[in-house]
Amino acid sequence: MSHETYLFTESHEWVEPDGDVRSMGITDHAQHLLGDIVYAELPEVGREVAKGDEIIVVESPKAAADVYAPFSGEIVEVNSALEGEPGTINQNPYGEGWIVKIKPSKAAEESEGLMTWDKYQDHIGG
Amino acid sequence: MYAQTIPLINEKSSHGRRGVLPPSASEQERSEALMRVPAKLRRKAAPAMPEVSELEAVRHFTRLSQKNFSIDGQFYPLGSCTMKYNPRINEKVAAMAGFQRLHPMQEEADIQGSLRIYHDLQEILKEVLGLEAVTLTPAAGAQGEFVGMTIIKAYHDAQGNHDRDEVLIPDSAHGTNPASAALAGFKVREVKSTKEGRVDLESLRAAVSERTAGIMLTNPNTCGVFENDIREIAKIVHEAGGLLYYDGANLNAIVGRTRPGDMGFDVVHMNLHKTFSTPHGGGGPGAGPVGVAKRLLDFLPDPHVKKNADESYSFYRPSKSIGRVMGFHGNAGVLVRALAYALAQGGTGFWDVATYATLNANYVLNNLPPVFQRPFGDLCKHEALVSIERISREKGIKAFDVAKRLLDLNFHAPTIYFPLVVHECFLIEPTETESRETLDSFISAMNQIADEIANDPEKLQDAPLSLPTGRLDEAGAARELNVCCRWDYSGADS
Repeated sequence: MSHETYLFTESHEWVEPDGDVRSMGITDHAQHLLGDIVYAELPEVGREVAKGDEIIVVESPKAAADVYAPFSGEIVEVNSALEGEPGTINQNPYGEGWIVKIKPSKAAEESEGLMTWDKYQDHIGG
Repeated sequence: MYAQTIPLINEKSSHGRRGVLPPSASEQERSEALMRVPAKLRRKAAPAMPEVSELEAVRHFTRLSQKNFSIDGQFYPLGSCTMKYNPRINEKVAAMAGFQRLHPMQEEADIQGSLRIYHDLQEILKEVLGLEAVTLTPAAGAQGEFVGMTIIKAYHDAQGNHDRDEVLIPDSAHGTNPASAALAGFKVREVKSTKEGRVDLESLRAAVSERTAGIMLTNPNTCGVFENDIREIAKIVHEAGGLLYYDGANLNAIVGRTRPGDMGFDVVHMNLHKTFSTPHGGGGPGAGPVGVAKRLLDFLPDPHVKKNADESYSFYRPSKSIGRVMGFHGNAGVLVRALAYALAQGGTGFWDVATYATLNANYVLNNLPPVFQRPFGDLCKHEALVSIERISREKGIKAFDVAKRLLDLNFHAPTIYFPLVVHECFLIEPTETESRETLDSFISAMNQIADEIANDPEKLQDAPLSLPTGRLDEAGAARELNVCCRWDYSGADS
């Protein structure tokens, strides 16, 4: 699926637009701002999260950044390959660099605040 | 390729060369000595030690020591760190035998002079902060934060308010703030900044609730601007039942001119190695005293120092104390230095500290070339926040490149990439102890770099060019933690 179909948050997360279980990660813009990512602290599978909760921490030599849940729901899978190769987030943020899969509990109502690709481009350009 | 590459001392080794020649032992003495070492611990071969003359060893380590950037050698405008000059008189006082030869287990009666030092420093810091009491025990700023937040927790618990588990922290805060709040058992809730770099009051009003334990603020904040709405912020948080915590990292901007207590803060930590001129780091001891408002007096850590009716001094444990945070009484030597500094300054001296710290920062802010943009206008407090985000988008030059180039020009780089709310930023804190000539030479270096950004950007991306090492692989260093056993030393005897 092209990343241009994804939904985006103001805090630079992306999430797949539909499906029972959706991948999410951080945007190319976010990885660019952070620089070389050296560590990703992943949540436990099965954790229930609310929209806006801090669920992941990604670290670069510059900063440690919190990554927020775009939807309420359950973490059903984490990309454990990132533990050995966190740089994958830099190289392919929308593909192999996905971070967790989330099973949204109220996707319909919570999609409202999320942006399309075009809107997100305006957001980071401004 | 770097002009000043310094070999390791192992690389200077020459077989059989010695610094000192101890008298040689007889065969018998040698074997007797060896027998005292258990067989399994005995070496099979001599260790691969560098073999150099005493003079070579002295030159090697003297040269290395001169490669260090330090406040005694260079302008060191590290934002949020207040790298001011550490007056030598402080060292002289702290080195007096009466302080140096004390033991922390000595009886109170034998250490009355030192207890008076504690008491007098507590009194001075109370006055500086505008609060009721100050504990000198915490050994660093971060420990001070932890102590302050633990006191806030103990206070709410004592009131029966066990549900107050949220601490509000602006998005521009020092990273230690959320860490300290979390360590003290709180959940952290972020408060947004306005485009002027200040706390957004609407965001604050929306965030307070019956779960609010308090807010952690730095004022002036990490954007180098004063929170003009501090009284309104205090009102909003106090009315919600929360307490105000002041991160004293930026106290140098206001010391002697205004006081956190007068702004409405209930708990304050201060860094003596910043505002009070005691030495920074080097892994050495620090001090992060914490001041509290009247309602928090009983919660201070153990021990606290008090003056008795008969003019003697003693330790005591406050009635609802959060307990001990150090094995003994804090880092006494640092406290002696801070008191020496405070007495040397006096009240009017502190007024000048804040004045010149602020003037110097504004001089830098307003005299840098235009490529260093000012996101929050032409006026700052004690540190100047500038950004090269625009040119970074055009030319790919990063704040990191500029920082590395400054090292070539013999300046310690300012803080970069902090606060997080401004991209490609520099936080420049000259402090009051720098002369106008030094500031001018820094500004001139920044002008040279601005020219290089325009005309020779590759040079910047390769910097530093004149130091013993060039660009280090910072990501590699963080990703590959196994640095063991990489040294292939073929000159060894093994």
